[in-house]
Amino acid sequence: MRTTVTTATPATTTDAVAPAARPTRSRVPGRLVPVLATLVLFVLMFGAGAARYENFGTPQTIVNLLIDNSFLVVLAVGMTFVILTGGIDLSVGSVVALSTMVAAWGLQQGVPAPLLLVGILVLGTAFGLLQGFVIQRFDIQPFIVTLAGMFLARGLSLLISDESISIDDDTFQAIASGSITLPGEVYVTYSVLIALAVLAVAAYVLHRTRFGRTVYALGGNEQSATLMGLSTARTKIGVYGISGFCASLAGLLFSFYMLSGYGLHAVGMELDAIAAVVIGGTLLAGGAGYVVGSLLGVLVLGTIQTLISFDGTLSSWWTKIFIGALLLAFIVLQRAALRRRG
Amino acid sequence: MSTATPLARLRTSGLLWPLVALAALLAVNVAARPSFVSVTVRDGHLYGSLVDILRNGAPTLLVALGMTLVIATRGIDLSVGAIAAIAGAVACTYIGASGDAGAAVVGMLLALLLCAVLGVWNGFLVSVLGIQPIIATLVLMTAGRGLAMLVTDGQIITVNNEAYSQVGAGFLVLPVSILISLGVFAALAVLTRRTALGLLVESVGINPEASRLAGVRSRTIVWTVYVFAALCACVAGLMITSNVNSTNANSVGLWIELDAILAVVIGGTSLAGGRFSLAGTLVGALVIQTLTTTVYNVGIPPQTIQVFKAAVVIAVCLMQAPKFRALLVRRRTPAAPAAATPAPATSEAGPR
Repeated sequence: MRTTVTTATPATTTDAVAPAARPTRSRVPGRLVPVLATLVLFVLMFGAGAARYENFGTPQTIVNLLIDNSFLVVLAVGMTFVILTGGIDLSVGSVVALSTMVAAWGLQQGVPAPLLLVGILVLGTAFGLLQGFVIQRFDIQPFIVTLAGMFLARGLSLLISDESISIDDDTFQAIASGSITLPGEVYVTYSVLIALAVLAVAAYVLHRTRFGRTVYALGGNEQSATLMGLSTARTKIGVYGISGFCASLAGLLFSFYMLSGYGLHAVGMELDAIAAVVIGGTLLAGGAGYVVGSLLGVLVLGTIQTLISFDGTLSSWWTKIFIGALLLAFIVLQRAALRRRG
Repeated sequence: MSTATPLARLRTSGLLWPLVALAALLAVNVAARPSFVSVTVRDGHLYGSLVDILRNGAPTLLVALGMTLVIATRGIDLSVGAIAAIAGAVACTYIGASGDAGAAVVGMLLALLLCAVLGVWNGFLVSVLGIQPIIATLVLMTAGRGLAMLVTDGQIITVNNEAYSQVGAGFLVLPVSILISLGVFAALAVLTRRTALGLLVESVGINPEASRLAGVRSRTIVWTVYVFAALCACVAGLMITSNVNSTNANSVGLWIELDAILAVVIGGTSLAGGRFSLAGTLVGALVIQTLTTTVYNVGIPPQTIQVFKAAVVIAVCLMQAPKFRALLVRRRTPAAPAAATPAPATSEAGPR
């Protein structure tokens, strides 16, 4: 019983029939195919790595994927909201940089860490809401508004300082170096837990709240959604607020990860986030996709990087070529899935 | 009354605000340094800040011209920066240490050929497979820079070729690069506005399916504009690398796609497709380049460039947005007429 607003896919009937139809051939709902494809790809890639290199197939490697990409997970979750409505947010990478900069600079000026953490999240959310307001109120394309936002955030962080500022605050150090050991000698950082919590909340909001349904409806057809009496204006502004919040949170996670603030941090990270969302099976036209897919997308991107670093003979630029090829494969797959459905 | 007509035409053409922005920027420059407008002739070449703006803006203008047509078909091409990097990489790698003019020509032709193939690829994804342009070109944007690195093996390649450096650094009274860009501009203007081509491009942008049913070969047109955009990006990449006699696959044409899109949008071409203005793109590209020059000229710290860019983009886009203009008009009518002129634009865009 989810996302019944977008199209007339018989979601309810499959739910009801599923247990009974198990013996014959369980039909996978069309909209789940891309996510499952990403899952299969991730398992295959990881399996290939584990078969090829020793020390690759350990639980810790999987957790490390999350540790090294926790900020990207958060970023991709925020981006998923925006893309589900059919929009795009190019400013997130710059907001990450701005957040690390404000954090580092604020600590240098002696602002207490808790106040700073809250302040940055508020700032990021406000930044996103402002962009959303301009997009919604004046009907200017999201691409252009968030492009301007990208320049603005990047410029502001370079304005604070054009050099890298290191962070040596105790609270930040404690969060950055602190870890929890899980059974099986696997350790995770707090950042991973935060990222997974964000993911869980996002999934809840998307599938169990009025706001989430409106997000899907907006991506399906904005005009219809408005005519149905849904609060499209508020939702449209809201998703950019969510994206801004996620970007600033990702910026905090990134500053825990790097322990420095720099205006040139996270250049091009918005593209990684978009790639992760697309590989995760979310349609860029909006209306269909899952945040879990975006998590899988990030994991796939991370696995490519890990594979290349394990290999050692491939140059770093192969990462870009692989990501490009994967993007292509997934887009074509999506096209095929859509054609079959339509 | 006779003076009102051209002004009214300017208003409706959407060129007013971009021109105002350009004039304002130039005025700031002149106020800061009166010698800004002086153009001197040395060895039969023109020198001066204005000429510099033209020369440095040439690659952006060229890329923006290609982008204009793509956007007019309701598309977008994010891969142009990567294509420029590939063009530079291919040409410089081929020319290598050779100082031979023939090597330069072959190298450039090779780059053009390869970029045409990349354009065909983009066009194939968009027009045949029907993939959304922003994603279709995102593929090459991501992979392209990797391919360029593959060509140069991750190295910075320097060339020392007289013929090659003409493209970006040569002079024929004016810099060769701007002559190329203006030449393409003029040819394109004639081709699109003196034949039906421009109209067909716009009709595809408004409704590809309806155009197809009306007998317009929309698939061919869409395909062609992506090839054209790739070729423009290729020449821009050659200009950039030839200007510095070296190529760095990481930095050639980096973010030029964003500048080009901005130039197109500032020039009044809607991202929703269906209409385009080449003159607007010309003005838009000049606004962006002048903005950069202004920051250096006036002595503002260069790291603030991006803040200014953001401010100008938002201001121009707001002034062009029908809803924002309606808001201004509504405000102006009941209140005192002189009270609220363009001021709100800056308050919206200023540093929060």
